[in-house]
Amino acid sequence: MDAGKTPTVGRIRHDHHGWPRHGTHDANPPRPSGTSTPPRRTRAADMSTSGGSVRQRPRGVVSGRYRLAVASRSLAAVIGGYGCAAAFAAALAVALPLPRSEAVLWGTMLSFVVWSVAALWAFAARSAGRAWLGILLPAAVFGAVVLSAPAPT
Amino acid sequence: MKEGFRQAMAWLHTWSGLVVGWLLFAIFVTGTLTYFRPEITQWMQPELSTEGNTAQHAEAAERYLRDVAPVAQSWFISLPDEREAQLRVFWRELGPNGRFQRERLDPISGEPTSARDTMGGDFFYRFHFELAMPNPWGRYLVGVCAMFMLVAIITGIVTHKKIFKEFFTFRPRKGQRSWLDFHNVSSVLALPFHLMITYTGLITLMLLYMPSAVEVAYGGDSSALFSEAFPQQQGELAGERAPLAALAPMVAQAEARWGPEAGVSRINVQYPGNQNASVALQRGPGQGLSHETDKLHFDGVSGELLGESGALAPAATTRQLLYGLHIARFAPELLRWLFFVSGLTGCLMVATGLVLWTVKRRPQHLKSGRLPFGLALVERLNVAVIAGLPLAIAVFFHANRLLPLDMAQRADWEVRVFLACWLAALIHALLRAPRQAWIEQLVAAAVGCMTLPVVNLLKTGDHLPAALMRGDGVAVGFDLIVLACGTAFALVARAVYRRGRTVPAHAPRQAGGPSTVMSNADAQTG
Repeated sequence: MDAGKTPTVGRIRHDHHGWPRHGTHDANPPRPSGTSTPPRRTRAADMSTSGGSVRQRPRGVVSGRYRLAVASRSLAAVIGGYGCAAAFAAALAVALPLPRSEAVLWGTMLSFVVWSVAALWAFAARSAGRAWLGILLPAAVFGAVVLSAPAPT
Repeated sequence: MKEGFRQAMAWLHTWSGLVVGWLLFAIFVTGTLTYFRPEITQWMQPELSTEGNTAQHAEAAERYLRDVAPVAQSWFISLPDEREAQLRVFWRELGPNGRFQRERLDPISGEPTSARDTMGGDFFYRFHFELAMPNPWGRYLVGVCAMFMLVAIITGIVTHKKIFKEFFTFRPRKGQRSWLDFHNVSSVLALPFHLMITYTGLITLMLLYMPSAVEVAYGGDSSALFSEAFPQQQGELAGERAPLAALAPMVAQAEARWGPEAGVSRINVQYPGNQNASVALQRGPGQGLSHETDKLHFDGVSGELLGESGALAPAATTRQLLYGLHIARFAPELLRWLFFVSGLTGCLMVATGLVLWTVKRRPQHLKSGRLPFGLALVERLNVAVIAGLPLAIAVFFHANRLLPLDMAQRADWEVRVFLACWLAALIHALLRAPRQAWIEQLVAAAVGCMTLPVVNLLKTGDHLPAALMRGDGVAVGFDLIVLACGTAFALVARAVYRRGRTVPAHAPRQAGGPSTVMSNADAQTG
């Protein structure tokens, strides 16, 4: 555990998820360069809209804005991701130049991959707004493909 | 930037894993047991015999169905084979919304079986994707868990920079580090299996979870999709009745073609008793990975061979392949054991992940002297699920031996005993301190497992040496596995007990540096 080597002995520094820095799911401690007093701002740090304030808070207490951002990203991942995947499946079903049953099966089988990617994106994006944008935009494109196709016979 | 991405993925890994972790553990455990569904059924129905051949079994089923449903929408006969001892028949009453019924038959007489009433291995199979909840809610919940699992696996991979090196790393007796190492090893060891089983699991119920494509292309009519993707020789229901031709000659023809080893495993009769009746015979597993096996189609009235099922189109082939991979009916014995072991590593992966979550957080809160509600809840749910579920399963097997044979709704009572025991484990875990709860429930699970062979001896007179003498692989395997599980639970219980007792002596050594935060990790173990 590198916590003790840092200048902040006896106190665990927290990242913006309210986690101790050494407690990421990474067996490798952060590089020594990262242990100097002003902690580097990382993209993960930017995930929180609450800025650097969380770092000073006691563990377990996070700002309301941070919670809102996480809730928003979670919704984007679950609801937005599902919508995007469903639109993707439907788009493939109508747009693939294959027999109808084949297009439906490919679309449905691959939709779960789309959902997974959308879920990852929701938490990898720089901000909650960008998370939504990156999911709704492709979903709209897929939706447009479905709507422009002729109605089922 | 790169580290930022990894941190975000680590966060997602932790939380997507935690939120559904307990259900995932139950799904993994019951799914792993389902690899031996027919064998578990055999153990739970010791009255079953495996006499007769396929043609006799088909005749027995036919006799019964001609009696109870001479005219029907469809019959479905699942024949016994070298693993499966049950003869099961299903039929749907005439009409688009005809009632679906089922019965288990004696494979020789064709009468409803006199073997004890139990769900057998089917209990684990159904629990695996329905969680003993009403349809379709359990299935939806399992689907949500599977999606979280998929995300947790992908983010888990992203999180690991040194996936190869960490695979060979285990640092025992180091508290959180040991849990992390063990979590890594159990995850990476069978990583392709975990990914495969999660994705293919979603595929098995994909039309329930993702109906949008069927909605736009077929107006929501999935049976139209199936008849196009998996063509069957389906006729229309004719106005006139006609007697169904005998099934045994068709079975004989099919066996002549396929050989008796991978012979007929299923018979599907469409519109029995109708002019346009048709019969499809499906070959048993063993040809390849796919769920799709050869089929022969017969005219249901003349009994004439109409033809063989053709090859499927690519997407349909892929779908059947993914489905087949998930249920692994194709797997011969050794491969089946490999799947079973992979499933066990999946259980360990989920369990160690859940424990790791608490081990990581507890020391920091211990210093402040106050545990937040969330952590306390996770600790207790971990006990109730990781130790409580195996205990409930052991008790389920006990119920199978101990409940009176002539009890009404006996199969339901077995399930009720299982659920009641699990609920009791939950209440116990909520009331006791986590360490005590771990020890007590693990000991209970160990005792529950290890007494199973004894109870079996008292109730059926069968025991391990006798099973060994007659070469009964199912009886031997069951006893050895429950004894091994019991030993494992006992050893873990002992480890938890010792760890707690020797804290002060070990604390300085464990610290091994400035990370004194770890010295209390022992207080929470399992």
